[in-house]
Amino acid sequence: MRRRGIALVMLAVAYRAVLPIHANEIPQTERRSGFGFMAPDTQAMQSDDTVNPGTLWVLDGEALWNGKVGSADKACADCHTDARETMKGVAARYPAFDKARGRPVDLEQRINLCRTDHQQATPLPYESRDLLALTAFVARHSRGMPIEGGSDPRLEPFVAKGRELFMRRQGQLNLGCANCHDDNWDKRLAGSAITQAHPTGYPLYRLEWQSLGSLQRRLRACIAGIRAQAYDYGAPELVELELYLMSRARGMTIETPAVRP
Amino acid sequence: MHQPDDSTRRRFLGLAGGAAVFGTVPVGAFRPAGATPAMLTSAIRHIAGEATVRTGKVKLDIPPLVENGNTVPITVSVASPMTPDDHVTSIHVFNEKNPQPNVGNFHLGPHAGRAQISTRIRLADSQKIVAIARMSDGSFWSASADVVVTLAACTEEVI
Amino acid sequence: MASALINVPARARRGDIIEIKTLMSHIMETGYRHTASGDVVPRDIVTSFTCRHNGTEIFRADLFPAIAANPFITFFTTATESGRFEFEWIGDRGFSQTASAPITVE
Repeated sequence: MRRRGIALVMLAVAYRAVLPIHANEIPQTERRSGFGFMAPDTQAMQSDDTVNPGTLWVLDGEALWNGKVGSADKACADCHTDARETMKGVAARYPAFDKARGRPVDLEQRINLCRTDHQQATPLPYESRDLLALTAFVARHSRGMPIEGGSDPRLEPFVAKGRELFMRRQGQLNLGCANCHDDNWDKRLAGSAITQAHPTGYPLYRLEWQSLGSLQRRLRACIAGIRAQAYDYGAPELVELELYLMSRARGMTIETPAVRP
Repeated sequence: MHQPDDSTRRRFLGLAGGAAVFGTVPVGAFRPAGATPAMLTSAIRHIAGEATVRTGKVKLDIPPLVENGNTVPITVSVASPMTPDDHVTSIHVFNEKNPQPNVGNFHLGPHAGRAQISTRIRLADSQKIVAIARMSDGSFWSASADVVVTLAACTEEVI
Repeated sequence: MASALINVPARARRGDIIEIKTLMSHIMETGYRHTASGDVVPRDIVTSFTCRHNGTEIFRADLFPAIAANPFITFFTTATESGRFEFEWIGDRGFSQTASAPITVE
């Protein structure tokens, strides 16, 4: 606790020294999903499953869920049976604490851990179509449910690390995530709305990507966008950032698979 | 690069993801616009021949300000009784500033019921979109719309 | 792998005008992009989409690179008789994919 106290003081000093004085986290009542920042046409693309491109990945994911893989010749369904019951609410509480590793893992990592530990199959590469499809399928079963990310007390130090990463200025543009997403949301940057950066709909279909993609992909693109060195896929820093963002969005509703510009 | 503290764990979780995805991914959402208004006119001529293309009957629904030029929803509908004697045989969509002027041609059957199609298109720049309907009596009708296209900020590059 | 999502009403009355929505998975590579080393990424698009009802073509679309990835196409048709809608996508490099959906017309 004392270490955390010191860390908070140092953070406060850093705030005053470097960030504008009103660098505050967004008040709970003012939180808005990225959905609300989009034009009606893009919102319509998300709201109807029959026209939402993300549905293609969810359907692929369902097929993978039922397919036997690995030297154990097991399907996800063999252990987890009907995803509509067993996967309900799962994505809403990820990243989750993994006891064996003593740190948080995100949903993609959890799926790969299941593959290696229980199916004796090779892990799926990050951003591969199969991993995205499985993640989308699992996360789809949390749609409509409130985010619970980061509520596990064991995750506290990792949430704090994620917050520090979110606040830290970095890169050639010397920007921290908070500069845009806490301080300047709802203004525009190069014609696009700056959102509050709540990961309510991942993995999501991004029009810019013309594909479904993960939160880590989005984070890496943002970090590269401020001209900083992006962490590798699966890096602990990215998981900590994911964890912080989900805890910052706690209570907001999951929209997976979302559509974003 | 950010060096991992626990390299065995990073290796386990990291896999081949980074290298595999971005080995040969094409770069560049910014294509040089190659089409010209002359190409647009010529493409329309190719469909309509020497017939006069009149304005009217066609409704072109497209957002005036587009969030991302990669995927722009568009609906074209044509006022027509859609009877065997009086119907729309095809709808043609053109653009002005993409590398080439054609977007799509949509051929309707005699039992279409309603002359309306929707699709999603790509727009490389702010430009004019033109939709032309060919009727069963050989006449051509058109509508056009001007669209402002903004690109996503922090455009993703190969990383 | 689910490569296409088709939305057709399962039942309709004779004479009803119904909307058919199709969404399929395809990169629609335009042929205008370049790799970091400057090489053109070759075009790879769906060029033609056809819908047949009980064997008769009721709708056809010619697609160009300006059609967005994961092509989404909707159109209308009059319900005439029960049977099947057959959908076919044809594209570059010998690409060919089909899907079908039944309809009961009362």
